[in-house]
Formats: sequence, structure tokens, C-alpha cells
Amino acid sequence: MQVPAFFEYQRATSVEHVVTLLERFGPEARIVAGGHSLIPMMKLRLAQPELLVDVNDLHELSGISVSEGELRIGALTRHAELLASPVAGEHFPILHDAERVIADPVVRNRGTIGGSVCQADPSEDLSGVFTSLRAVAVVRGTGGDRTVPMREFFHGPYETAVRPAEILVELRVPLRPGAGSAYVKVDRRAGDWAVAAAGAVVSLDADGVVTEVGIGLTAVGDADFTAVEAEDLLRGRVADDDAFAAAGAAAAEHCRPTADQRGPVDYKRHLAGELTVRALRAATARAHRGGFPE
Amino acid sequence: MGVTVNGVEHVRDVEPRLLLVHLLRDELRLTGTHWGCDTSNCGACIVWMDGLPVKSCTVLAVMADGRSVRTVEDLEGPFGLDQVQQSFMDCHGLQCGFCTPGMLMTARKLLDDNPDPTDTEIRQAISGQICRCTGYRNIVAAIRHAADAEAVGRGDT
Ligand SMILES: Cc1cc2nc3c(=O)[nH]c(=O)nc-3n(C[C@H](O)[C@H](O)[C@H](O)COP(=O)(O)OP(=O)(O)OC[C@H]3O[C@@H](n4cnc5c(N)ncnc54)[C@H](O)[C@@H]3O)c2cc1C
Ligand code: FES
Ligand code: FES
Repeated sequence: MQVPAFFEYQRATSVEHVVTLLERFGPEARIVAGGHSLIPMMKLRLAQPELLVDVNDLHELSGISVSEGELRIGALTRHAELLASPVAGEHFPILHDAERVIADPVVRNRGTIGGSVCQADPSEDLSGVFTSLRAVAVVRGTGGDRTVPMREFFHGPYETAVRPAEILVELRVPLRPGAGSAYVKVDRRAGDWAVAAAGAVVSLDADGVVTEVGIGLTAVGDADFTAVEAEDLLRGRVADDDAFAAAGAAAAEHCRPTADQRGPVDYKRHLAGELTVRALRAATARAHRGGFPE
Repeated sequence: MGVTVNGVEHVRDVEPRLLLVHLLRDELRLTGTHWGCDTSNCGACIVWMDGLPVKSCTVLAVMADGRSVRTVEDLEGPFGLDQVQQSFMDCHGLQCGFCTPGMLMTARKLLDDNPDPTDTEIRQAISGQICRCTGYRNIVAAIRHAADAEAVGRGDT
């Protein structure tokens, strides 16, 4: 039987309360949201916090809305809520593509968006999704709110820009009318972590030329979950199979996968390239040339 | 802490590290909920918390403080077994029964939300659960059978 080490538990009553507790107890205090990454780590004693601050009562941290040209997703929003959200799927189908293949429906009832990105597991699907979307994280500490672009959010496996006495409040995704987006993942069985996965967000002008593109990679060793070289190669080119193949080759070349029980390096590198191509193709098929005539 | 389980309020003094599955089984003696992999993979420990299926091996008991929990013991009503229980019996949806409490709880939730699911939807709903004996075909058939029986009961067909 796996039993966590001793710890104290507090149910937070407000975001300010969380910050006060984190400040008072220092780095030995940890936020618990869905607990679906942290509790397993505590059971294995890979994590031994002295205080758990439960944020599950903080309804101001959950919910999905569109405001000021951004899709805003509260940190405590559950995977299942994001998957069920029409407004999220309408603007960014990549969010539904990814949520459909994250864990299983019961885990998705509990696991949160904020917990996923703060966990910063190298195989976390949403990390590659939010970097490809160029989302921005809103983080709150005693000094108030600050924003961190998702492309600067990940500081290595299990490390993020969120400081010990801070809490992630929400993720903001700038709306991009007409852009298409998609996420594709290869896993070994339903609900498993990715062997490799890729996300793409593509904007096209009236001639089908790529005006902006975001490519996110998961589980292939990119610390920032982003295929910048592939993006640079595509911008300004006509979105066709030749361009996608070149982008895929660049993504495969520049990723840094490691061998593990999910597969050897060359296989993962191959997947990084091929999944980049497929994500780009699917995102392009969903894009509207020249944006929406608004 | 205080938690309402199957409509009954229980107050207990527990260590924060106690898992919900052990509170239910060892403290409240509700052993219908099973405890299997302990790693949130098998689904034997699934109960409802505030109306949603969760894996209780990955929820701290204190996280259920002030919330309501429903376990497999609550499925049977004054008029007998719940339809999903009856259909699992009728369709041979279980052999050893280890996975069954979790399967029943997700099946009940699925049919409450979606009374006429496709086989694919049924398979997706139980995709976070493992059965080591029956094979999934009979479980899917049992859930389908329950959906059909309830449609007849409602006069839908
Ligand atoms: C069986 C299983 C299968 C899974 N499969 C997948 C998969 O295929 N793909 C995938 O991407 N993920 C998968 N996951 C992981 C799952 O998506 C995440 O574990 C989960 O969503 C993390 O969110 P949580 O709310 O449970 O985080 P928690 O476990 O509560 O927290 C995780 C970390 O984030 C910190 N944290 C949480 N919220 C905040 C906040 N608001 N501000 C600051 N820090 C915070 C915590 O302190 C902790 O360090 C799987 C998990 C399980 C159990
Ligand atoms: S015991 Fe909880 S999922 Fe297996
Ligand atoms: S009936 Fe034995 S595990 Fe499912």
C-alpha cells in the first residue's frame, strides 16, 4: 500500500489566502488542485510537502470565457470542462483534439488545466498545446499579478516560472480569427501518456501563404515544447505538402528525445517529424484563407 | 472532517494522508468500493464525488470534507437492484467482480447523462478501467442492455 509521508492540510478560502499560506510556509508548501499528479508522487514519496493547500473551493479559478480578444481558461478548470466547452472548441479545435486523448474520462473529471501545466511533465499534452497557441499565463503573488508567455513558462522537467509563493490563476489565449489548429498524438493504448505528440496553429493569407504558425511538441525532449526552427521555415511559405515536409524534417532534427519504455530515440524523432506534418495538414485544413471577413 | 456518503453524514478525525478509498473501506466499512492498482489506472476504486466519477485512490479523504460521495452500495433502491446491476447479471458483465463496482458507477453516470449511448461512447466511458476476466464485450453489452431496458421503462420505444 502506498502511503504519503505526514503533511498538514488546509482548504484555501481565497486566492489571497493561498498566497499567504505559501508565503508563510515557504517551499515546503504545495498547492493541490486535482491531485492527479501530486498525490501519486506523494504516494511514491517523490514529493514530500509539509503543507498541502487545497484550492478546490476557489470557484473564481475555474471557468472558460472570451474577453478582450482572448480565450481565458481558469487554472482550476477540469480537463472534462475544457473538453465539453463549445466556446473553446469553436475558437481552438486543438484544445478538444488534445483533451480527447488526455488520460481517461474519470481522470479528466478531476485533473485541472493549471495542474497540468504547473506539473510540467515532459509528456504533458497541454504544454505543447499552449506553446503552439502562444498562450500567456497569469500568475499571482503577494506583489499582485504578472504575466508569463507560455514559451517562457517551462524551465525544465517539473520546473516552471511559477515561484514558490505564487499561484497560476489563468491561461489566456489570444484569439486568431481564421486560424486553424490541431493536435495529434501517438500513444501505446487508450489514455496513456504520449510517445510523441504535436500541435499546430496556422494562419493563412488569401493566397494560402502562412502568415503565422505555432508548433508545439510533447514528449520529445524540447524543454520549451516548441519547434521554433520549423515555424521559421514555414512563415511566408505557401502551406502545401512540400512546406509541411520541410517543417517536419526541421522539427525532427532539432528535437531531443530520450529512449525509455515508450520507445527508442530514432522512433520518437521520426514521430516528431511525421506528427508535425500531420498536425500542420489538419490545422491548415481547418484554417480560413485571409481570416474571416469580419 | 465531515462527509456525506450515500446520503448519510459521517464525522471522523482522520490524518490528511488517508486516501478516500481507505476512508470508505476501512473506516466506514463500505467495502463495495474496491482497491486495486493504487495508481489511478484500473478504476476499481471509482466512486462519485459531488456527482462526478473519481478514482478514490487518488483523492485524499480530507478533500471530500463537506462534499457528498456515492458508492456502489447506494445503487440498489427500495424496489431492488439498479438497472445497471441487473443488466450486468443478465448479460454476464462480470466474472470475479473485482472491477464491477467501478464499472457500475461509471455506467450509471453515463446513462444518467446520455440515456442512449453508442457502443463507442460506452467504450470511451469505461476506457480508464481494467477488467481482467470478463473481457469488455460483455460489459459493453450489459450497459447497452441497461440503456435499452430503461428506454422501455420510460416508454421511449
Ligand atoms: C492515469 C493518469 C493518466 C494520465 N494521462 C495523461 C496524458 O495522457 N496526458 C497528459 O497530459 N496528462 C496525463 N495525466 C496527467 C493529468 O493530466 C495531470 O496529472 C493532471 O491534470 C494534473 O492536474 P491536477 O489538477 O491533478 O494537478 P495536481 O496534481 O493537483 O498538481 C500538479 C502540480 O501542479 C501544482 N499546481 C496545481 N495547480 C496549481 C496552480 N493553480 N498554481 C500553481 N501550481 C499549481 C501542484 O502544486 C503540483 O506541483 C494523467 C494522469 C493520470 C493519473
Ligand atoms: S485502485 Fe484506484 S484506479 Fe486502481
Ligand atoms: S470481472 Fe474480474 S476484473 Fe472484471
